[in-house]
Amino acid sequence: MLNKADLETNASIDGGMGQAKPHDSAHLHVAGEATYTDDIREPRGCLYAYVLKSPHAHAKIKKLDVSACSIPGVHAVMTAKDIPGVNDAAPVVGGDPIFAESEVLYAGQSIFAVAADSVDIARKAAAKAVVEYEPLPAILNTHDAIKAKKFVGDTYVMAQGDSTVLKKSKHQFHGAIDIGGQDHFYLEGQIALATPLENGEFHCWSSTQHPSEVQHLIAKMLKIPDHLVTVEVRRMGGAFGGKESQASLIACIAAALAWKSKRPVKLRLDRDDDMLMTGKRHPFHISWDVGFNDEGLIEGIDFTQAADAGMSPDLSNAIADRAMFHADNCYYLGNSKVTSYRCFTHKVSNTAFRGFGGPQGMLAMEYVIDDIARQLGKDPQAIRKVNLYDPKGKLKDRCTTHYGMTVEDNIIADIFAKIEKTGDYAKRREEIARFNRTSKILKKGLALTPVKFGISFTLTMLNQAGALVHVYKDGTVQLNHGGTEMGQGLHTKVAQVVADVFQIDLDKVRVTATNTSKVPNTSATAASSGSDLNGKAAEAACVTIRDRLIDFAVGHFGVKKDNVRFTPAGVQVDGKMLSFKELVQLAYTNRVSLSSTGFYKTPKIDWDRPKAKGRPFYYFAYGAAITEVIVDTLTGEYNFLRADLLHDVGRSLNPAIDIGQIEGGFVQGVGWLTSEELWWNEKGELKTHAPSTYKIPTGRDIPKDFRVALFDGDNQEETIYRSKAVGEPPLMLGISAFLAIRDAVAACGKPHCLPPLMAPATPENVLKAIQAVQA
Amino acid sequence: MTESIRFILNGELREVSGLPPSMTLLQYLRERAHLTGTKEGCAEGDCGACTVAIGRLNNGKVDYQSINACIAFLPTLDGREVVTVEHLKSKTGQLNPVQDAMVKCHGSQCGFCTPGFVMALSTLMHNCKDAKDDDIQDAIAGNLCRCTGYRPILDAARLANKSKDRELPSDVNALEKIQRKKMFAYEAGGAKFFAPVTGEELVEVYAQYPNATMLAGGTDVGLWVTKFHMDLPVIIYTGNVEGLRSIRETAEGLEIGAAVSYTDAFEALAAYDGSMLDMFKRFASVHIRNAGTVGGNIANGSPIGDGPPPLIALNAKLVLRSKAGARTLNLEDFFLAYKKQDRKQGEIVEKIIVPKKPAGVQFRVYKISKRFDQDISAVCGAFAADIQNGKVVEARIAFGGMAGTPKRATHAENALKGQPWNEATLQKAVAALDKDYAPMTDMRASAKYRADVARNLLKRFFIETTEPDVETQVYRYAE
Ligand SMILES: Cc1cc2nc3c(=O)[nH]c(=O)nc-3n(C[C@H](O)[C@H](O)[C@H](O)COP(=O)(O)OP(=O)(O)OC[C@H]3O[C@@H](n4cnc5c(N)ncnc54)[C@H](O)[C@@H]3O)c2cc1C
Ligand code: FES
Ligand code: FES
Repeated sequence: MLNKADLETNASIDGGMGQAKPHDSAHLHVAGEATYTDDIREPRGCLYAYVLKSPHAHAKIKKLDVSACSIPGVHAVMTAKDIPGVNDAAPVVGGDPIFAESEVLYAGQSIFAVAADSVDIARKAAAKAVVEYEPLPAILNTHDAIKAKKFVGDTYVMAQGDSTVLKKSKHQFHGAIDIGGQDHFYLEGQIALATPLENGEFHCWSSTQHPSEVQHLIAKMLKIPDHLVTVEVRRMGGAFGGKESQASLIACIAAALAWKSKRPVKLRLDRDDDMLMTGKRHPFHISWDVGFNDEGLIEGIDFTQAADAGMSPDLSNAIADRAMFHADNCYYLGNSKVTSYRCFTHKVSNTAFRGFGGPQGMLAMEYVIDDIARQLGKDPQAIRKVNLYDPKGKLKDRCTTHYGMTVEDNIIADIFAKIEKTGDYAKRREEIARFNRTSKILKKGLALTPVKFGISFTLTMLNQAGALVHVYKDGTVQLNHGGTEMGQGLHTKVAQVVADVFQIDLDKVRVTATNTSKVPNTSATAASSGSDLNGKAAEAACVTIRDRLIDFAVGHFGVKKDNVRFTPAGVQVDGKMLSFKELVQLAYTNRVSLSSTGFYKTPKIDWDRPKAKGRPFYYFAYGAAITEVIVDTLTGEYNFLRADLLHDVGRSLNPAIDIGQIEGGFVQGVGWLTSEELWWNEKGELKTHAPSTYKIPTGRDIPKDFRVALFDGDNQEETIYRSKAVGEPPLMLGISAFLAIRDAVAACGKPHCLPPLMAPATPENVLKAIQAVQA
Repeated sequence: MTESIRFILNGELREVSGLPPSMTLLQYLRERAHLTGTKEGCAEGDCGACTVAIGRLNNGKVDYQSINACIAFLPTLDGREVVTVEHLKSKTGQLNPVQDAMVKCHGSQCGFCTPGFVMALSTLMHNCKDAKDDDIQDAIAGNLCRCTGYRPILDAARLANKSKDRELPSDVNALEKIQRKKMFAYEAGGAKFFAPVTGEELVEVYAQYPNATMLAGGTDVGLWVTKFHMDLPVIIYTGNVEGLRSIRETAEGLEIGAAVSYTDAFEALAAYDGSMLDMFKRFASVHIRNAGTVGGNIANGSPIGDGPPPLIALNAKLVLRSKAGARTLNLEDFFLAYKKQDRKQGEIVEKIIVPKKPAGVQFRVYKISKRFDQDISAVCGAFAADIQNGKVVEARIAFGGMAGTPKRATHAENALKGQPWNEATLQKAVAALDKDYAPMTDMRASAKYRADVARNLLKRFFIETTEPDVETQVYRYAE
């Protein structure tokens, strides 16, 4: 037994809340010992799969004959008609056939699959099939989709007041921006390994953010009940939303072939197939009409957002909704209307990607602010400030969003005040203006942009989570929860929560692989919700066990409840100190259950989609960034000189992990808006389907001077330890980089010019904008 | 006839036979040796997840270089050492300084890129006593991380750089035992692989198998297999031919053997003209430059290769050799048309000769692409102008990315020749470029952008040679 002195010298556990502990797998990552799906030793007799893809964006399949595929080494061929159940891997409303039936809707669509002794054999076998197509005309952009009235969901409107009043404003203009998509480019491509087991059961290792959905879709495809399928994921080599719904297709194909061949089957897409077959961030075309006064105050605004959804609904309706929710970014829109078209195109179905539509909606709003400032000849910061939601929600009439939610926790004015100071905003503005006056070829630009991002799944049902915690007799703890680890440090954070409840060192807590047989009916690890939901669920499970231990101690030692305390030094029972292990052993001997589930559902949210009013979000996460760039006006090339990021994570669960999310998100956002260009040819073939042609940022692309800080302040809502979600919001800090480039481009033209810079700002698009303002 | 492939893998001798010659090192590591720490992210040399260190015996010591295991064919490792991420911990299980710093600085998130970064940086630490930021950036230019935003990885490298303990484990004796004095011949599954060690053996075996695929660094040929799934029945590897691997200064100029890696060639060429450095940093990545060769970059005839434009502008000569003997031609004449070169059956590229640069010649080469690191040129322009007393005596201009081959801008050159080096001449030369090139549109750039940039690069050359104080390059500005 420990004594009181120990308690005093041992002030905190190792790995408690708020400590900057390394990722729980970091020591494995660096040694090459972390196991990803492709690293698992394959079961005996494992086969390898290859998928034949459509070469056409739109065509009728006139003939499909796979009989010639049965060469030596081939053990199964699956086409649409071999599927016993439902031929669909879609998350919500269908439309994503596992194998094409009579028509193909995008170049890259899966037609059939082969399982063989090696991928090489499977590929060679697939090439022997006879597939005849009748190519049909393809719709390849939102403009043509709207003309043809081809949509994947109903057109949706959010409005407040009367947006037509903008016609009475002193200043009015119409503007538009094309926003490119983005490939997730997780370093680990899509992969699944499916194994048939006894009695009709299947096990599937899947690199997925959504094991429960993969489980359900495999069951539906094979026409078997859910309880026969177990899906497991230890970790993903990155996901970013790209493995929320897209992993299902890969897992279903592997499982279908495993079902047919009665052998384990692995399907690993190589990089090209991954990029050709799976969805990306939605390209958008957003236009607006806005009216404002001499101060730049917006008096009325009307946005039209056209999302390029690709060939199926997938998650597009929820994504397009979120683009609408974030059409305001941090600004009170007043009389406003947002109309959203979910356009059908003959391209791969676009999907979730960090930010989930939010980035596109927000970029357009920031573009509007930039335009207003340029027209009035004012600093954009001045325009931002007059349009902010009223701080702290005091002026009730200026804190309601266009979807009827009251912004209660607005801290953006404080963030502005702080970052303008630490980032030397005003002084650098002047310095840059001076530089641009004398520099002949190179021009600098600066931009400060804020982020306000709503946290919660906008489909209320999804805001629930479960956990399963086991305490073993030796005092170690195993934690299972419904969230998946994709690099975001979720397991580390949730383990810290568990360590904190029991007041044991973090190394006593081991997080297991996510497994549908441990925690059922989970939501995707998405919408930044991972630690909010699973942290709370795990906390609930731990509290249940802790309460049982307390009740036991009360009875066993005959002490008062308040006198049993879990401390870093152990469990204090009146004057005595027991180690956690000792108490657990004692409880076990006295037949106390040491295992519990935990459950959590987010409170307060209430969204009425038909009325387009309510509170879709539990709270907002905020941030702001200042980026400075230098642009070469001869080639359009640029280099980021400095970025200052200030981001709100509430009270941080783990500052090291949070800063990692902020920096990583920012750089990914910058990539989206700069070098990452998806390029389709006129036939609808994606020509940038590997890193040789699709350029994500490298180490040299990050700002030379890169300063990142956490905004100090608790979450006003009762989230886990008052922290805030951090996965998605920082991506949108990257908008500052785009507008900094635009600022530099403006320096090449006359005062008040509006550079028509489109996203991504590749050197080519930058040069085009420079030529436009110089003309 | 076949011998087995012998190499040292993480300190152990491996003797391999029965595996196809075009099996990649990455496939071997993951699927045969069950060393799954080395990852596949792209199988085309572009992401660095597969980075390993290769040791090569050099005068009684081992030289280590980072390469991409995903495009290195297994038999090319014969006589070499391979170090993977699994071999970095000490015998007692301690992380090496790079690994340790990566944990401390939170340099991994999903961790999938991490082994590649660790190998790239561990190789850098081994080779460089004190790594500057630019060395670090260079070392990881071929490594992509989608999660971290790189800052913590750069910090980890800076921290590891403070460590004294920075050697990769090596075993000279073991390596010495597996060197060969004669051509290595390997065969499996009906495919043949030859690695001659002398020039005679090379032309001899090529004469015997005139349809063989010549293989140097494999940074093109590797992709024919991993991306286009081609079968290569006979491969002749030039990487062990001593004569092709040397650089010599002669009276005529600099002679660079065809199998000299870009890493080595760049060192020599940068000494020859410093302005090459800007472009060299943008040429692929360290890993690719360690493998890829000058000869391969020319022999592949690519219209977007970055080697030919500067070499053409510098009036380089190309020497081809076959069993019948050698012939020399102007480098620009080697490129006949898109994918068509003046190389006869049985001929190999032996070397290039870069003549001494006459005094007074101003030279610049510029590469423009979407990204600085490891990207293929939208346009690469090289300019050499002999400017005497404000007059252009002669100019040689060559571009990549503007036509089906690397090509000289003869109209623009003529517009400059004999003219005063001033704004009016510049405008004429800029206009003449439109007669020289009709570029095309693809995913890297539109025809219009290419044409605009070609003109603007000539302007940049003018500004840099007439107003040296004017800042013209964003990447230089930031340094
Ligand atoms: C990720 C990546 C990035 C790249 N970036 C760049 C870049 O920035 N700039 C650039 O220019 N290139 C780039 N490349 C292309 C490539 O690296 C270069 O062209 C390189 O120089 C090729 O040399 P190698 O030795 O690897 O050629 P190999 O692949 O071995 O061979 C290329 C061709 O040359 C032939 N060949 C080789 N040696 C001889 C010889 N001695 N005689 C006759 N024929 C021969 C081969 O048969 C083959 O046809 C890149 C490639 C990759 C994979
Ligand atoms: S796997 Fe990407 S470089 Fe080798
Ligand atoms: S840590 Fe995920 S790609 Fe680098």
